[in-house]
Amino acid sequence: MKFAHEPGHLLVVDDNKVNRILLARGLEQDGHKIETAENGRQALEMLKRDAFDLVLLDIEMPEMNGYQVLEACLQDIELRNLPIIMTSSLDEIDSVIKCVELGAEDYLNKPINPILLRARVNASLEKKRLRDEQRKLIRTFATREVAEELMREGFSLGGRYVDATVMFSDIRSYTTYSENEDPAEIIELLNNYFALMFDAITGHHGIINQMVGDGLMAVFGAPVQREDRCEQSVRAALEMMELLEGFNQEQAAQNKTQIQIGIGIASGRMIAGYAGTQHRATYTCVGDTVNLAKRIEEHTKQAGRPILIDRFTREGLPEDIQVEDLGETIFKGKHQAINIFAVNK
Amino acid sequence: MPVIDKATFEELKQMSGEDFINELIDAFLDDAPNMLNNLRTALAAKDVESFRRNAHSMKSNANTFGATELGALAKELEFMAKENNLDIGTRLEVLEEAYGKVAEELKGMRT
Repeated sequence: MKFAHEPGHLLVVDDNKVNRILLARGLEQDGHKIETAENGRQALEMLKRDAFDLVLLDIEMPEMNGYQVLEACLQDIELRNLPIIMTSSLDEIDSVIKCVELGAEDYLNKPINPILLRARVNASLEKKRLRDEQRKLIRTFATREVAEELMREGFSLGGRYVDATVMFSDIRSYTTYSENEDPAEIIELLNNYFALMFDAITGHHGIINQMVGDGLMAVFGAPVQREDRCEQSVRAALEMMELLEGFNQEQAAQNKTQIQIGIGIASGRMIAGYAGTQHRATYTCVGDTVNLAKRIEEHTKQAGRPILIDRFTREGLPEDIQVEDLGETIFKGKHQAINIFAVNK
Repeated sequence: MPVIDKATFEELKQMSGEDFINELIDAFLDDAPNMLNNLRTALAAKDVESFRRNAHSMKSNANTFGATELGALAKELEFMAKENNLDIGTRLEVLEEAYGKVAEELKGMRT
């Protein structure tokens, strides 16, 4: 059988020489790169030193047995996602069940059947590749923390109450020097602009969950709770303004369109969750706090200040962030007056 | 009872290829005396854990080659050790004898 699969980097752990050869040679024929360890302690050292795609792990071993290696891997943030296939004889079935319940990917009975071995290994590698792809995809719209949370908890439609901070940002005006706007140039401008805003937001542990036209919505402190979400959101806003300034200078130097933005931030209780269908869903937040953040963002033009926040966000800020009390404003559709603060650069 | 179950051995050979079967046999003939040695040492030292582990390894390898009798004897010793019982009488000698027959047969099966 010639390998129809992408080769992987595999670690075979078994204290028995015959078993090691049996496992290693069969898989080498499939093009995989195999390394071997004779006991659990050695295996763990190798796993911490090098990146592997899959581990074949014997249960019965001296020094550190397979069960202990599995536990150590599951507790290690770097190794937690590494697929581990337990190898054992039939009369160890109780231990195998324990391992699979704990988080082992699969198991193989000894004596090893080479055909089953290849099938399980290739299936596990394929699953790992898919998971890695998924993780990469999630990482494009979430921070590492959030991506790991999503991978661990999985995703299900449906919401829960969270205390979080929501940011809306929108382009307030375009300053154009040329008489005819080139559509390609506008799209290029938006792409460059979004890239900068993404950096600022994800750099402060926020996730962007909506992009509509030239506006975006981001959430801080969900799905992973963060004590410093108010501070992070405002620091992200400040960085956005700073990056935008540099961006506008470059645009001006090339006689290209410049932009001004407004940012509104509000904090409080909201309903967060995945909304959509099983096939296409986004993580989003809804509720009064979210509506308020949108209203505050719209208010930036009238207030003439680029970053506005509500009282709850203001209360979560450290002293070195300077804010100015703009007093109370009654927003459309709201009965209560809302105390608004402008963040100083 | 044949020393080596031909069907199991043929299956192993067919699935692994000729070069590979020789390497496996050599590894076993090289490693098995260590296991027997460990079993004797563990028995003398009343080291139940080491005895059980080595019996386990011997069982595992014997079953790989289709050495049915050797596998059954090793399994019996493994289970006794698991029950904390090293009162094994002459069973280790019986196992050593069984291994001697398996080793002879395997040497002749190299290609």
